[in-house]
Amino acid sequence: MGSLGAGTLVQASYFIAAALFILGLKRMSSPVTARGGIVWAGVGMVVATLITFLTPGMENYGLMTVAIAIGGILAWVTGRRVAMTDMPQMIALYNGMGGGAAGAIAAVELFAGEAHGAAVLTLGVLGGIIGAVSFSGSLIAFGKLQGLIKRSIRFRGQNFVNVAVLAVTLAAGSAIVVQSGGSVEIVTVLFVLALLLGVTMTLPIGGADMPVVISLYNALTGLAVAFEGFVLDNAAMIIAGTVVGSAGTLLTQLMAKAMNRSLANVLFSGFGESAAAGAATGPGGALKAIDTADVAVMLGFSEKVIVVPGYGMAVAQAQHKVWELCQALIARGVAVKFAIHPVAGRMPGHMNVLLAEAGVPYDLIYDEGEINAEFETADVALVIGANDVVNPSARTDKSSPIYGMPILNADKAKNVIVIKRGQGTGFSGVENALFYLDHARMLYGDGQAKAAELVQAVKTL
Amino acid sequence: MIDGFIALYIFMLAAFTGYEVIARVPVILHTPLMSGSNFVHGIVLVGAMVAMGRAEGTLELVIAFVGVVLAAGNAVGGYAVTERMLEMFKSSKGKR
Repeated sequence: MGSLGAGTLVQASYFIAAALFILGLKRMSSPVTARGGIVWAGVGMVVATLITFLTPGMENYGLMTVAIAIGGILAWVTGRRVAMTDMPQMIALYNGMGGGAAGAIAAVELFAGEAHGAAVLTLGVLGGIIGAVSFSGSLIAFGKLQGLIKRSIRFRGQNFVNVAVLAVTLAAGSAIVVQSGGSVEIVTVLFVLALLLGVTMTLPIGGADMPVVISLYNALTGLAVAFEGFVLDNAAMIIAGTVVGSAGTLLTQLMAKAMNRSLANVLFSGFGESAAAGAATGPGGALKAIDTADVAVMLGFSEKVIVVPGYGMAVAQAQHKVWELCQALIARGVAVKFAIHPVAGRMPGHMNVLLAEAGVPYDLIYDEGEINAEFETADVALVIGANDVVNPSARTDKSSPIYGMPILNADKAKNVIVIKRGQGTGFSGVENALFYLDHARMLYGDGQAKAAELVQAVKTL
Repeated sequence: MIDGFIALYIFMLAAFTGYEVIARVPVILHTPLMSGSNFVHGIVLVGAMVAMGRAEGTLELVIAFVGVVLAAGNAVGGYAVTERMLEMFKSSKGKR
C-alpha cells in the first residue's frame, strides 16, 4: 500500500473511532445499554491504535510496542484487581496518566522544535501545561484517597502562591509562543512549573472534595488531549478530547452542586474550617439505643422499608449482608427500596456501583429526587453508615455548615433505625439532628456484623 | 489538513455533543460515566505513538516512551475499571 493509501486508512480509522466513542458514551448513559457502550468505545480504541502503526514515516516501532505493553499490562492487572471501594482513586490515577501523556506529546513537539503557526503553538503549550497540571494533581488526589498523604497541607497565602506559579508558567508559555519555539531550558522550566502547580493546587483540598477535583482533572485531561490533537492534526484526539472536556465539565458541576458547593469553593478554600464553626451548637435530647431483636421485629412486620446506605456501609463491607437482609424482608412481603443520595459514597453514583457489586438490582435503587416524597409512607427508614446526607439540619438550621444541601428525608419515615459504629460525626463534623429525634433509634456496632445478626433474626421471626 | 475555522467548528460541535450526551444521565451512572469518559481520552495513545514515531535523539525518545506508557495505562486501565463497574448493573427483572 502506498503512503497515501495508508494515510487515508489511518484517517478512516480515526473517523470510526470518534463515532464509536460518542455512540459508546451515549449508550453508557442508560443502565440497560451501559455495558455495551464501553465495549463499543473499546472497539474504537483498538481499531485506532492498531491502524496508527500504519502511519507513514514513523520509526521506533520496537520500543513503541514495548511501551504499550508495559503501560497496558500494568494498568490491566491493577484495574482488574482494585476493590470497588477504591475505584475513585484508580480513576484518578489512570486519568493522571492520560494528562501526563498529553504533556509528554507537547514536550516532544516543543523539544523537537517542529515548525508550527502561532495559534497551533499556543494550543500545544496550553495543552502541555493543562496535561502536566492534571498529571501531578491527579497523582496527589490518588495519594490522598489511597491514604498515602494523610493531611491536607495548607499555609497562609496559598492561593497567592498558586496564582503566582500560574502567572510564571503562563509567562514561560508566552515566551515560547513569541519566539516560535523555546530553548530546552525554558521548555523544561515550563513543565516543572506546571507540575508544581498541580501539586500546590491539590494538596490543600480535603478528601471529601476529592471526587469533584478528580472529575475536574478528567475534564482538563480531555481538553489537553484535544489541544495536542490540534498540534498533531489528529481528528480523533480533537473530537474525543473535546467531548470528554465538555462532558467532564458538566459532570464536575453536577457533582459540586450535589455537594452544595461551588467549584470555586472546592478549589480555593479548605473544607473543615467553615464546618467547625457550626459544630458547637449540637441538638438537644439523648440518643436512644435499640437492640437487634427489636429492629428485626420492626423490619419484619413493616409494609415498606427504605434503606439509606452511606459510605460507612461500604467501609464495613456490609453491602452483601444488607442485600441479604433485604432479600429476607422481600421474601416476607415487605416492600424494600434503596434511597441513594447523590454524594453517597466517594463520588456521585459510587454507592450504586457498590450496591450493584453486592447484586442489588438497579430498579430497586432510587435517587433523592425520586424517593424523598415516599419517606412519609415508609414504616422504617434504615440508615446504614450514612450521616450528613440525612441530617435534617440541612433543611432547617441556617447556622449549620451543610444548610441548603439537598438531603434524604429519612426523618419523615414513621420509624428511623440508624446502624452506626459509634457516636462520631460525618465528614462535615456536624452533629446529626436526625439521631436525636423521638422516633429514631440507634443500633450501635459494625455494619456487617449487625446486618448479619439482623438476617438471622428476621429469618427466625 | 484541519485548519482555522474548520478546526473551530469541530471543537464547538464536539463540545456540544459531549454536553448533550451527559446532560440526561441519571446520577446512578455518574461514576461509571466519569470512568468511561476517562477511558475515551485514552485516545491520547495514538498521539503519543505518532510523537514517538517521529522522535529523534535520546531526550525526545525517552519522553515519548514515557508518554506512550502513560497513555496505554490510561486507555487500558480506564477500560478495565469501567467494564468491571458496568458489568455489575443488573435489573431485578432478570436478563439485562
